[in-house]
Amino acid sequence: MTASTSSVADVMGGPAGQRGWRARLTAWRVPLSILALCLLPWVLPSQALAVNVLIYGLVAVGYNLLFGYTGLLSFGHAAFFGAGAYVTGIAIGQFGVPWYAAVALGILAGGALAFVIGVLSIRTRGIYFSMVTLALSQLVYYSALQASSLTGGENGLRGFTVAKIDLFGWTIDFLNPLNKYYVIMVFAAAALWLVSRILNSPFGAVIEAIRENETRARACGYDVERTKLISFTLSGLICALAGTLSALHLAIVPLDILHYHTSGMIVMMTLLGGAGSFFGPFVGALAFLLMEDVVSLWTSHWQIVVGTVFILFVLFLPRGIWGTALAWRAGR
Amino acid sequence: MNNDNNKDHAEETTMTDESKGLPFLTRRAALAGIAAGGATLAMPGILRAQGETIRIGFPTPLTGPFAAEAKDQVKSAELAVKLVNDRGGVAGRKVELLVRDDKLNAGEAATRTLELIEKDKVHAIVGALSSAVQLAVNEVTRARGVIYVSISQSDTINESKDFSRFTFHEALNPHMTTAAVAKHTFTKDSKVAYLVADYAYGHEMLRGFKRAQAAIGATSVGESLHPFGAADYSTFMPRLRSMRPDILCICNFGRDQANAVKQAVDFGMNRQAKIVVPVLLHNQRLAIGPDAFEGVVGGANYYWGLEDTVPSAKAFNDAFKAANGGAYPTDYGAYGFTGVSSLLLAMEKAGGTDTDKVIAALEALKYDVAKGPQHYRACDHQSVQSVLVLESKKKAEMKNEADLFKVLASEPASETILRSCSELGFPA
Amino acid sequence: MDAELIAMQLFSGVALGAILIMVALGLSIIFGMLGVVNFAHGALFMIGAYAGLWVASLTGSFWWGLLIAPIAIGAFGMLIERVLIRPLYKRSVDDPLLLTFGLGYVLVEAVRIVFGSDGIPFQTPPQLAGVADLGIGFFPVYRLFVVGVVAVVLVLLWLGLEKTRFGLIVRAGAKDPQIMRVLGVDIATVWLLVFGLGIGLTALGGVLAAPMRNVNPERGSLVLAEAFVVTVIGGMGSLIGAVVAGLLVGVAISMTALFAPEMATIVMFALMALVLLVRPHGLFGKPVRG
Repeated sequence: MTASTSSVADVMGGPAGQRGWRARLTAWRVPLSILALCLLPWVLPSQALAVNVLIYGLVAVGYNLLFGYTGLLSFGHAAFFGAGAYVTGIAIGQFGVPWYAAVALGILAGGALAFVIGVLSIRTRGIYFSMVTLALSQLVYYSALQASSLTGGENGLRGFTVAKIDLFGWTIDFLNPLNKYYVIMVFAAAALWLVSRILNSPFGAVIEAIRENETRARACGYDVERTKLISFTLSGLICALAGTLSALHLAIVPLDILHYHTSGMIVMMTLLGGAGSFFGPFVGALAFLLMEDVVSLWTSHWQIVVGTVFILFVLFLPRGIWGTALAWRAGR
Repeated sequence: MNNDNNKDHAEETTMTDESKGLPFLTRRAALAGIAAGGATLAMPGILRAQGETIRIGFPTPLTGPFAAEAKDQVKSAELAVKLVNDRGGVAGRKVELLVRDDKLNAGEAATRTLELIEKDKVHAIVGALSSAVQLAVNEVTRARGVIYVSISQSDTINESKDFSRFTFHEALNPHMTTAAVAKHTFTKDSKVAYLVADYAYGHEMLRGFKRAQAAIGATSVGESLHPFGAADYSTFMPRLRSMRPDILCICNFGRDQANAVKQAVDFGMNRQAKIVVPVLLHNQRLAIGPDAFEGVVGGANYYWGLEDTVPSAKAFNDAFKAANGGAYPTDYGAYGFTGVSSLLLAMEKAGGTDTDKVIAALEALKYDVAKGPQHYRACDHQSVQSVLVLESKKKAEMKNEADLFKVLASEPASETILRSCSELGFPA
Repeated sequence: MDAELIAMQLFSGVALGAILIMVALGLSIIFGMLGVVNFAHGALFMIGAYAGLWVASLTGSFWWGLLIAPIAIGAFGMLIERVLIRPLYKRSVDDPLLLTFGLGYVLVEAVRIVFGSDGIPFQTPPQLAGVADLGIGFFPVYRLFVVGVVAVVLVLLWLGLEKTRFGLIVRAGAKDPQIMRVLGVDIATVWLLVFGLGIGLTALGGVLAAPMRNVNPERGSLVLAEAFVVTVIGGMGSLIGAVVAGLLVGVAISMTALFAPEMATIVMFALMALVLLVRPHGLFGKPVRG
């Protein structure tokens, strides 16, 4: 999907009026996101769903960095999401590592895996890039299936429930869904701030230049391969963070987290919300999970509804919910 | 858990202290600033006044390859609830079943279970149709002190590592199923070849068969692992044939089993060997047809044909048919009935939903609701029950559409067919 | 391990390879000519099997199912192209991929609604039941028949693409659609027909595979993975590539099934990763731009 939405327009500038509110939105995007996230558990049907929106929103934000901003369609991001979750779970359950250290280990492991898969896949192009990332992530899936003494194999990883967390002398009951939500939200907010900083930095401008025209970016003297690799790794790091949070939230790691269906779901969420826009991925995760949650309550055929909505978006609203809203606002 | 103003809840917290594997959950857990408001929302124990409806959560894979089994589970579970409500409920309280789609995905199941506990404030959970989903629900309910009746096969969940004193296993496990099937198919002279799905459940079935094989004195002529979820088994057939077995034991489940059996028959394996599987599924047999399954022997927890010998089976069949337009109950469906029924019987004995009392009642319960006498073993909460050994009928022998199997034997309920408590890691 | 077993295993691998080629063919042709990555390929494969089953049960003959289902599903494929895919040609290659990804969900669920989720028996046609003695071992007659059909289809395809005027247009259109338009060729109709042909072949594969594997709504998911691996290893859009890759993957799976059976699924993806690392555009594929 060609995702030429908000930020390029921001850099280039537009009609004065448009530019004003756009710029303000961009400047305030992190505090605004955090405010919206604070309200989430109070408006959604359940807190468990709210935590899932946080986690998948974060995965989509990470994925968007690569797909929406750099223009690379990866079908293997389940690997980084899953790696973060597995490493965190294993560190807590089998090595007794404190939860915060386990989170750090999970992020590092997912980032390292992203770096390796990035190095291997960046040299392929177009559809082959999607396929290599798919193949390599399936290898990760089957490795986790085989290494059952470490990962629990098909039964999934379990036995690492974090019931309370100690922080600066305070003990927080982590089984309480609201506490859990807000703890996880702190991490999500930090990641959002980081992504916002990356996008505002010169690096952010370079990756968008690559998306718009790789040949021109190369001609301008940018090291395209290196930039892609950094973007890939950063994207993997954020997905890995989401994975570690998912492990803390569910207290299990299902093998399915590594399956290419998960990668597909991440792509769908990102697109649904609007690839290449800052708020889009979160909006997409929210819309996708809410739709799935609500529709599957009244029919077991929820997939036909989700699939149809997705097709309609590709056909008629390729900029996604948020991207379309932005364009509509700008067009007035 | 961090709120002391609720007596019910305080009791639960103390209970959790004693539960295995969670020594770190204590009542000292202090209050975080933002928790004050949320605490009330999170309390599963609050609002449990007398007369309040008893809510039972029921996660099951309504979408995915086992949707047919899942729908049968729901029908049977709803029947169990209806029968109790018709009698006036449990201790004067109505019972309600909250069915949720777990999509055969452990992560989804964990989320749905959290919702059921935190939002719907269920009093107990019954359900799951895969080992992974069952273990996920077990993990969530164990940490929160919620009673869970699991109705899916697994040896892993019996072991002390995953033990939860809140969890009861209504389903058979691979060990007891394979023991019964082997007892009625293997002889001293048997030469057995194994085709095994390469994941925990497959290995558990293989282990069970091999142990029985050793006890019987049969010989193993070889084993071949296949990837979990494989669609094509042609590449395994030449080697299996070269082993020259007279029993081909296919240790997998569901779609894998259907594909493997069908292709083994295509390759003519059934002419040189008898095909034996750990579990014969009613719906899989329907999906593949009588020809491929002709003469295949396997175990089951339930078959409607049991009604000829077991009065409770007759009663269950009749009630099920009356409620579902004449349809027959199936094996995995019956788990939904026996699982919900035993839980409700225990709640009745306990006079309500007090967790400790219900657990004590379940541990002491002797019940016969569909398949003869059953009880939960003390150490691992495994339901001790009969195991059926079935043979798939020829098309010509079928009296009607649901007449799929011959009951070769019914291995009576006995703890001797289970692994011992000490082997599972429980203190003697 | 005796030589007979290894020979038999090798033969099983080649036969499996033929089935994999059949599975991958439709995907490969559509990508090669139209540049569309069809993620609904698995779902259409599955629908082909259901259509075949339905026609066979109406007519009482497997052969009518084998003949009519691919044509009917091919026509359905043209409808998909006309309504859903055509508006996306001007956009990035990712768009048809994503659209068909969603379409896959819809088709699978539609089949569940119409035919139920538990699957339906599909008997091997009685003329082709039984096993044949190959001298080195026994092999199902039906699988030998499938290998024969695949060979015939490949020859016909090759003749059609190399020896007919339509084949010439298709090949030229794949290289440069702009020139074809200038030359007054109605390229839109050509693409419509090629898409229909690809989907028809996919459905044919579905019907052929039905008596070997189960007919159920989820069977397409595995097929999609297999088809992608074969197509990508061969080089997307290359017919000869699909044939070589299909045989390669079939034999690789067969040999791992003998020597390291638990790796039999991994080997497929490992092979694909390996090939792409050495040749980033597959064995016979053309390099792609950005």
